[in-house]
Amino acid sequence: MATAVSTRARYLADFATREREGALERPSWLGPLRRAAISTFAEAGFPTTREEDWRYTNLAPLAQMPFTPVQTHEPPELSGTTVARLGIEGADWPRLVFVDGRYARRASTPTRQTLADGVRISSLADAMQADAGHGDGARLERHLARHAKPDGNVFAALNTAFVEDGALVEVRADTAASQPIELVFVARTPGVLAQPRILVIAERGSRVTIVERYVALVDDAYFTNVVTEVAIGPGASVDHYVVQEQSVRAFHVATLHAAIERDGSFSTCGVTLGGRLARTTLTAEFRGEGGAAALRGLYVIEGTQHVDHHVTVDHAVPRCTSRQLYKGVLDGSARAVFNGRIVVRPDAQKTDANQTNKHLLLSDGVEVDTKPQLEIFADDVKCTHGAAEGQLAPEPLFYLRSRGLAEPAARALLTYGFAREVVERIAPVPLQAYVDRQLRALTERLLQRSDRTAVEAAPSTKENR
Amino acid sequence: MNTTDRTIEALANREYKWGFVTDVAADTIPPGLDEDVIRLISAKKSEPDFMLEWRLRAYRHWSKLERSAGEPKWANVSYPPIDYQKIVYYSAPRREGSGLASLDDVDPKLIETFDKLGIPLAEQKRLAGVAVDAVFDSVSVATTFKEKLAELGIIFCSFSEAVRNHPELVQKYLGSVVPYTDNFYAALNSAVFSDGSFCYIPKGVRCPMELSTYFRINTAGSGQFERTLIVADEGSSVSYLEGCTAPRRDENQLHAAVVELIALEGAQIKYSTVQNWYAGDADGRGGIFNFVTKRGKCAGRRARISWTQVETGSAITWKYPSVILQADDTVGEFYSVALTANRQQADTGTKMIHVGKNTRSTIISKGISAGRGNNTYRGLVKILPRASHARNYTQCDSLLLGDRCGAHTFPYIEVANASSTAEHEASTSKISDEQLFYCKQRGLSGENAVSLIINGFCKEVFKNLPMEFAVEAQKLLGVSLEGSIG
Repeated sequence: MATAVSTRARYLADFATREREGALERPSWLGPLRRAAISTFAEAGFPTTREEDWRYTNLAPLAQMPFTPVQTHEPPELSGTTVARLGIEGADWPRLVFVDGRYARRASTPTRQTLADGVRISSLADAMQADAGHGDGARLERHLARHAKPDGNVFAALNTAFVEDGALVEVRADTAASQPIELVFVARTPGVLAQPRILVIAERGSRVTIVERYVALVDDAYFTNVVTEVAIGPGASVDHYVVQEQSVRAFHVATLHAAIERDGSFSTCGVTLGGRLARTTLTAEFRGEGGAAALRGLYVIEGTQHVDHHVTVDHAVPRCTSRQLYKGVLDGSARAVFNGRIVVRPDAQKTDANQTNKHLLLSDGVEVDTKPQLEIFADDVKCTHGAAEGQLAPEPLFYLRSRGLAEPAARALLTYGFAREVVERIAPVPLQAYVDRQLRALTERLLQRSDRTAVEAAPSTKENR
Repeated sequence: MNTTDRTIEALANREYKWGFVTDVAADTIPPGLDEDVIRLISAKKSEPDFMLEWRLRAYRHWSKLERSAGEPKWANVSYPPIDYQKIVYYSAPRREGSGLASLDDVDPKLIETFDKLGIPLAEQKRLAGVAVDAVFDSVSVATTFKEKLAELGIIFCSFSEAVRNHPELVQKYLGSVVPYTDNFYAALNSAVFSDGSFCYIPKGVRCPMELSTYFRINTAGSGQFERTLIVADEGSSVSYLEGCTAPRRDENQLHAAVVELIALEGAQIKYSTVQNWYAGDADGRGGIFNFVTKRGKCAGRRARISWTQVETGSAITWKYPSVILQADDTVGEFYSVALTANRQQADTGTKMIHVGKNTRSTIISKGISAGRGNNTYRGLVKILPRASHARNYTQCDSLLLGDRCGAHTFPYIEVANASSTAEHEASTSKISDEQLFYCKQRGLSGENAVSLIINGFCKEVFKNLPMEFAVEAQKLLGVSLEGSIG
């Protein structure tokens, strides 16, 4: 505990230093928000498993490690070959690259030329330097840190207190961005704390697709604490993807908040393959009638990886639709936590909400803790949820073997098929192909280990875990 | 407002017909709780030393809890703070002389009370074929059919009698499933419990009749803290029923019971409850706080424990009948209908703890919310690493009647064994206009249509109740919903 306390003290000291340097007031309107956020963090500290939202996820290892932001003000550089490696085959869309949480201008696509009128992407640091109170500055002020509230979410608070860089995507009214916009976050330095911030503003009737990717150049411990805010105007539509391939020694905490205005539509799909501890806190908030949200996730994890999803859909207004599909494949001693909460507030009539959460358990050491919650205060609603944890069914396995597939191949195919349901809903073709390749390789690797026999035969060795 | 609106309204504004008070001379101790009160309760019941020791240990644990964390706050219910020093912890109808030789010695007013409640205690009604232990405030007033059961070696008596006559069984099993350290209310109950039922079914005996306990709170300002312990020895089986009512009063009364079930190898216990404590009036004044700990342990292989509950009463229900599936091949079941009308709150569900291999559990929960009622299902399915091939199926459905009520589901599913399977399904809906239209078009009145649909919604649970209870439960549901169907 002592270390956790001193880690907290270090964050507070960092904040005090920045305050002395006058960094908090850049831009000036952010100062009070930062101060409020840091006091939330100072009060709460890192959550413990005694808190309901963190019941199954122990943050002690994270709270004990002294992660620090990059100590240099030099703009980050990446070699040409590295930059080339970062791309996805066939994806020639605009890309912003961040290294250890900071914008790498030269590694990014020069965006001005490639984008349609009315679509603007820039680094958040650049955007924040813009004149406050006018045009861009005013829009930023209206949205940044206004959606992902720091109260109740210590990590969002920490990010807000230190927000410095990240990405800003703005799409003007009735404009469709012709190509997905890709944001690649590269981890390069061990022990680094990166706190990128992403803000997506989709104005009335606009459309845009955002792809967030997290890649590691180093197989070591580091900590990414990202906050993504998506403001979806009336009738606007945002498709959002996250592919997280952090190092299996890294900590990844993500907060995603989508505020959906009247008739707006939001979809997100998170593919989690990396991280020692990966936590996603996702909130979809309906602010006007007729909104739609589709939230999907896939995690394929092994070893001692720990993946935690906390999803809240807030049906605050009538006539909105939400769909959730979360699937997990667990091997080794991996652990998955899923907490899906559907709230239907009083008078949010005609709500249609559904949620599905399924886990495939490949090994006897895994653990799944799932909690699909419904909180309903209106009567004319349709709400369902379903959860299932289990292993591969014997019948399809038998069928495939009768067709001549060896058992490992049959298992790999069925596991791939289980995960495929999420992957096939990824719309951008190069991205789907990329995830599909990763998935295929992973399932084959997981299942072709020679020591894997039928789970039934495994002796129970973990009686007193 | 259409017919159904009016029907629901009418259902919600039902009268509580069990709300009368029986005027009997009572032996009541002053309100308040300290070690002396516990010694007094124990002395009044002439208990052996081990019981007093146990009570005092429980009391010390409870007062430690009360000073530190206080009562549990995680449940989805809200109520004003309870002053534990204002509760009467012991109240018994006064009796002349010592002990009861037969039912004839029971105060006729008490017999009358139970008759009014439809509980046959008198000899001539024994044809009903259900053995009843009747508990009035703090003590058991009569147990029927004792001799007949004794012929088979079945012990069915009040808890006080069991402590006196079968201390070895009580000492062996008391607190073995719900230790006094389990939770705040279990600790309180362990310290002050006054009576309850005890039941022991010997090896290989199938209990020939339903055993039943009827609980009645009568004295104002008193709390009821009863304790039930059922032990089914190897290869035996028993079906047990529990019913409860209380007078209507403007104040809240506390009911904190503990039920422990132990099923040894091959034994089966079926425990059914129709809970109809006074629920308070339409504005939420009065009513019973029903904070109950119920848990069964399948201690031997192939044991089976089944809970069925129909919860229609109480201002607040806080209750999670659970099963510890300790041994291999054991089975746990939970069937529940919980209804909240007016301003009732229920936070109820179950825990299924899979420890042994090939253990199976089924959870069927039906929640009905009407008026301004709030109904929460809270359940835990925990499959431990050793529990290979464990199987769970959970279904919790909610029906909402009216737009000011709430239905909530908080299931916890913890699986740590890859060869096991857990499934959970939940849905929330209202009675659709199409369903109503269809029934009405077939000539049913709005009220009957709604009642038909609700009974259909609860059918899976009702079919697990013993027949007499099922009929009673259906009627109760109708009465409880009177005026709230819209």
